[in-house]
Amino acid sequence: MTTAPEREAVPSPGARAAAGAAGAMPAPRRYHAAVWNEPLIMELGRPGRRGVFAPAVEPGIGALAGDPGALVPAAARRKAPPALPELSEWEVLRHYLRLSQQTLGMMGVSLFGTCTMKYNPAVSEALSRLPEVREVHPLQAEETLQGLLEVVYGLDLALRELSGMQQFVFQPGGGADASYLQACITRAYHDAQGELSKRVEVITTIQAHPCNSATAAAAGFKVITLPLEEKGYPSLAALESALSDRTAALFVNNPDDMGIYNPEITDWVEAVHRAGGLCFYDHANFNGVMGKIRAAELGFDACMFMLHKTFGAPKGGGGPAVGAYGCSERLAPYLPGPVVVLEDGRFHITEPAGGVGRVREFIGNFPQILKAYAWVRAMGGEGIDEASDLSVLASNYMGARLRRVPGVTRSHPSISGPRMEMSRYSLETLTRETGVTAVDVQNRMTDFGIDAFWLSHEPWVVPEPFTPEVGETWPKEDIDEWLAVLEFVCREAYDDPETVRTAPHNQSVHRVDSAHLDDPGGWATTWRAYRAKHGRA
Amino acid sequence: MASSVDALRQEMLAETGAATIDELFVQIPEAHRLGRPLELPGQLASEAALRRHLVELLGRNTSAEEVLSFLGAGCYRHHVPAICDEIVARQEWLTSVWGTSSSDFGRFQAWFEYASQLGELLDLDFVGLPVYSWGCAAGHALRMAARMTGRSTVLVPRALDPERKAVIANYCGNQHLERHLDVRSFAYRSEDGRLDLADLAGQLTEEVAAIYVENPNFFGVIEDQAQEVVEAAERAGAEVIAGVDPISLGVLAPPGELGIGLAVGTTQTLGVHMNGGGGAGGFIASRDEERYAREYPTLQVSISETTEPGERGFGISLFEQTSYGAREEGNDWTGNSVYMWAIANAAFMAAMGPRGFAEVGSSVLQRSHYAAAQVASVPGVSVRFPAGFFKEIVVDFAGTGRRVAEINGALRDRGIFGGLDLSPFYPELGESALYCITELHTQGDIDRLAATLREVTR
Amino acid sequence: MWRPSWRGNDERRKMAALLGLLVNPVAGMGGRVGLHGTDGTSRLAEARRRGAASVTTPRARRAVQRLAGRDIEILAAPGAMGADVMVAGGAEGRTLEMQVGPETTAADTQRAARLLADAGVALVLFAGGDGTAGDIVRTIGQRVPILGIPSGVKMRSGVFAANPEAAGELAAEFLARAERPVAAADVVDVVEAGTAPGFPGRPPDVELRGQASVPSLGAGRLPGPKSSSVLASSAAIEALCRAVAAELSPGTLYLFGPGSTTGRILDVMGLPSSPLGVDAVQDGALVGADLGEPAIVELMGLSPKTKLVLGVIGGQGFLLGRGNQQLGPAVLSRIAPEDLTIVSSADKLVALQPPLLRVDVGDEASFAWATGFQRVRVGPSRFMMMRVAGAA
Repeated sequence: MTTAPEREAVPSPGARAAAGAAGAMPAPRRYHAAVWNEPLIMELGRPGRRGVFAPAVEPGIGALAGDPGALVPAAARRKAPPALPELSEWEVLRHYLRLSQQTLGMMGVSLFGTCTMKYNPAVSEALSRLPEVREVHPLQAEETLQGLLEVVYGLDLALRELSGMQQFVFQPGGGADASYLQACITRAYHDAQGELSKRVEVITTIQAHPCNSATAAAAGFKVITLPLEEKGYPSLAALESALSDRTAALFVNNPDDMGIYNPEITDWVEAVHRAGGLCFYDHANFNGVMGKIRAAELGFDACMFMLHKTFGAPKGGGGPAVGAYGCSERLAPYLPGPVVVLEDGRFHITEPAGGVGRVREFIGNFPQILKAYAWVRAMGGEGIDEASDLSVLASNYMGARLRRVPGVTRSHPSISGPRMEMSRYSLETLTRETGVTAVDVQNRMTDFGIDAFWLSHEPWVVPEPFTPEVGETWPKEDIDEWLAVLEFVCREAYDDPETVRTAPHNQSVHRVDSAHLDDPGGWATTWRAYRAKHGRA
Repeated sequence: MASSVDALRQEMLAETGAATIDELFVQIPEAHRLGRPLELPGQLASEAALRRHLVELLGRNTSAEEVLSFLGAGCYRHHVPAICDEIVARQEWLTSVWGTSSSDFGRFQAWFEYASQLGELLDLDFVGLPVYSWGCAAGHALRMAARMTGRSTVLVPRALDPERKAVIANYCGNQHLERHLDVRSFAYRSEDGRLDLADLAGQLTEEVAAIYVENPNFFGVIEDQAQEVVEAAERAGAEVIAGVDPISLGVLAPPGELGIGLAVGTTQTLGVHMNGGGGAGGFIASRDEERYAREYPTLQVSISETTEPGERGFGISLFEQTSYGAREEGNDWTGNSVYMWAIANAAFMAAMGPRGFAEVGSSVLQRSHYAAAQVASVPGVSVRFPAGFFKEIVVDFAGTGRRVAEINGALRDRGIFGGLDLSPFYPELGESALYCITELHTQGDIDRLAATLREVTR
Repeated sequence: MWRPSWRGNDERRKMAALLGLLVNPVAGMGGRVGLHGTDGTSRLAEARRRGAASVTTPRARRAVQRLAGRDIEILAAPGAMGADVMVAGGAEGRTLEMQVGPETTAADTQRAARLLADAGVALVLFAGGDGTAGDIVRTIGQRVPILGIPSGVKMRSGVFAANPEAAGELAAEFLARAERPVAAADVVDVVEAGTAPGFPGRPPDVELRGQASVPSLGAGRLPGPKSSSVLASSAAIEALCRAVAAELSPGTLYLFGPGSTTGRILDVMGLPSSPLGVDAVQDGALVGADLGEPAIVELMGLSPKTKLVLGVIGGQGFLLGRGNQQLGPAVLSRIAPEDLTIVSSADKLVALQPPLLRVDVGDEASFAWATGFQRVRVGPSRFMMMRVAGAA
């Protein structure tokens, strides 16, 4: 299967760049992913080959300790050695370098909505590799951790300024974990008031991240979901009819993924407070409102920031991540330890006496906390404010251009006006007219080095959705390139839908068949399971 | 910021139809606006200034590399091969977010290799992508067992890391709410630290969904009664969940060999630095049986094929049962986790191979036993459970008349981080500390510890 | 180099699954010429007179193209009712032996459906609208699962894929499974009697025609969320129905309205249900089946307390409509607001645009107490707040 740009004359890289600078739509980039046809690591190597060696045991130790086998009770000894590959160090390194080359990441243009893809400064990465970061144990005495504690404290102060909250902790290992912490704190708070047996309901909205309702349910709450209404957000009347003396909390984001800001949010918070519930602000979509609004001043009791999104720490394909959780004075007694405090010029670790204990071991993903701290210091207050300006500007620039692409419509077509730092769009028209779906377009765009766009969280309120987000990192040239590829693919869907439907064609592999992966006979999450089910290749 | 250039701003603004950027914020009511500049510390715009500031700050940490550390208790200092660091520094996966299984193909393959190799170590054949930590993995596994059995009591060892125990407590919920699990502890035998089978059997009622057993346990003691536990659980219709540190599995029997179908543990010891606790990661693994598989909260990478005949691909299996697929109807929840560390884990396991794991396991066994002997030679100091341990030992200072806190302070002055003070958590052990000895402790290090202990307890 | 053993070693995949293909070539022809469906022959003639061409045929071909080259054996209804599309779509298979006249009728659809079911097909993939679905379900009930290629004018039944391609993919995926999970779905049709213009923006009244069995696949397309099919997850509904059944209070009369979800609650209690009617249950026993209004009122008189359980019918969000004359003002005015339980799959509610539930019981006042926001139970511990509006 050949692709359109290969059939046509390919403009030189310089000509492409010049056209972009002149404001013209650049032609899609000529691109092909690396194809190494690399075997699985388990298929490589030879018996007896060695990679890394453990330090040899000194004769003195060997003499005193004796045969290591005899040090393990017979019933607890391993019988058969693990069937791991046997490789030299160089083979292992080269194998994973090849696999990294078959991973697009942000090497292309990644406008992945809801995740705020931005540049992760190299200096932060370098700093995170210092022994004072890597080789530090979390249970060391405070006096040997003053640097770590000061970074944690410094970031805590910065996030307090950004939110108006009283205290932050960084223990949650991601945004969902911070939402879970909120569920745990909601539990602890109402339990302390003696009301938990009654207050068993958490209210959220249909477009809030699935983790909000899922963590509330996992913590034992019943979940009440509000649908979106004509203004793009649920009505205050819907919320009020859901509220009662059974209400434990409201978990909500604002703006939402469609870029709609709920202007009644302060009325919401008041209504929930009147009913005796707590209000948690999932600040996943913070990038457009940094320095503009503060959660505490809107009345919220707690909020969450994702350091691996908004604060310049890398995504890593799904962590290590941090869901920074901040709360008001009212909820601070329920925070998990360790909490860092400054007293007499020294940093100390404290454990809130009535706190929820731990949602994860230790203080948090310190390298990511460090990167976020570095990002805040490098940006400064003005820089952070400007980053929101640019994010909202870029989002609306993109929106204006997107709505001219054939087959594309914006979510809530009846609501005009600007949106926040991202919005959700629909390819429903394209799908109806060509049979090409959003997933097809997503795959086809990767043929030009464009990282797959985000579709939508469940449920799909918008049909055939896609959700691009630019943020402050991506320059206009990259946005234009992204748009040009989208437009190219949408036009192609009308002219040659088969090429789009069978995409990708320029990737490391073709589209994966996942039809059998929910069947016990079809899935194989390990090589040994695959061999057992399907025989040795 | 690339679009800070004025001309570009104007070009973009013109397209939006707004006169100023501020007009784009029209949705936010004036009353919601902060209305003043942010008050944050001054900007460190230059990389040089930022680096200088942070190097100075971080210099106030003492790394375990500069001193001699015997801290373990859920976060361990093993050797991290340089290739692991090299590999996880690659921008491609550092910056990857989600992608497609074609465009982020290499990352999917690496994840599959993580699960496959871990499966070999564990002797289990279904492995999910990692979760936040060992404690989180244990919490999820207990909830899986509760859903599998329809029961709501779980038994966990008294000999359990306090951090992990606190996480498990949170995962088991609150009695006033639905889906709450009643957590009960079974005792360890005071003479040798192993689980007290009689106490366990006494609590093993028909309400018990699962027994959680660690090997080695929190005190480093190797449990050798797995068969008895498995048989008792089978009789009671309960699941057994093993908690293991995979670095031990070159020498210790893996869960699969012991007939245990569900296992959790840490991934930090497989090529990830301690990172101040930020190296934490956990795994959930089981036999490849539907009854387990349908209860996983995690994403799983499965090998598959592509639309091109003969081409191998990888996809996510059982997505619909996660919170991404089913919101609050899913199994617990999932989200960003520690997936990049899974790639370090994969490279580590491949570089070690079966011989590397046997070697490091033997080395840890011999060094920890050597250390136990040396420490016990110090007057007034004893090793509480002196036989059958791996990596960690409970050092009892009762005979010195000193408190652990005091001893650790004196050690610190001499460049040694003593073991975790157990006295707040296990009053029955008196003034005891948990010492961790890995393959990185040389004979000289251990001798120095013994000599320094002799000095500071005199 | 590596060669997959997947196809070769998996016995399951060697067995070609049999797919029944049924096209209603005249469905949907009314839509483009301003007629509401082609269900009666007079309407069809009118549509042809106005110059309509078959809508179903090209849409069915798009679905069939997704099946071509896969390990699927097709058994197609003859000529324009399936075989033509099968050939045009590049798929292979056999043709059902059956005589058809030049103008196909509802009777032909029903006959073809029965013959396909008798031939042992694992799925009937059909092209048409609500009328076609109703014809099929009337004949084969829930014997064989069905899946609709959306191509009619009215597609409010819960049996249609989002688009023709999705129908093809879903069918292929369903047939490839070792186990083929199914769920019940309502088949509805618009009540034609009221051709009066009604209120602007007012949705047409729908009537329940029966229940179909449909594939229930979590279509885990990686990476990211499933395609937004209307086919609900049967596990969630099952859990909901079990919870409702377990929580019924003793000594209380429960009235179960029509629909697949309420029917499922009776199923889990081991009771038969009447898909189109109202059933009454007290203390675990069925005390009345397919009741008319007088019988319901009489039962209510015998019980100290009556509670009402309603489902959401079809894709229009109707709680009560013309199909529900049994639950008229005489019954509704005697139900206390706190004694109404509404059950639904979350998917069905999410698909409602706008998010409104509707009632049309003739006498608005008798059900005014239920308008405004209501909690709809969508899982054992899961609710959605939905606005309930009168028919206007």
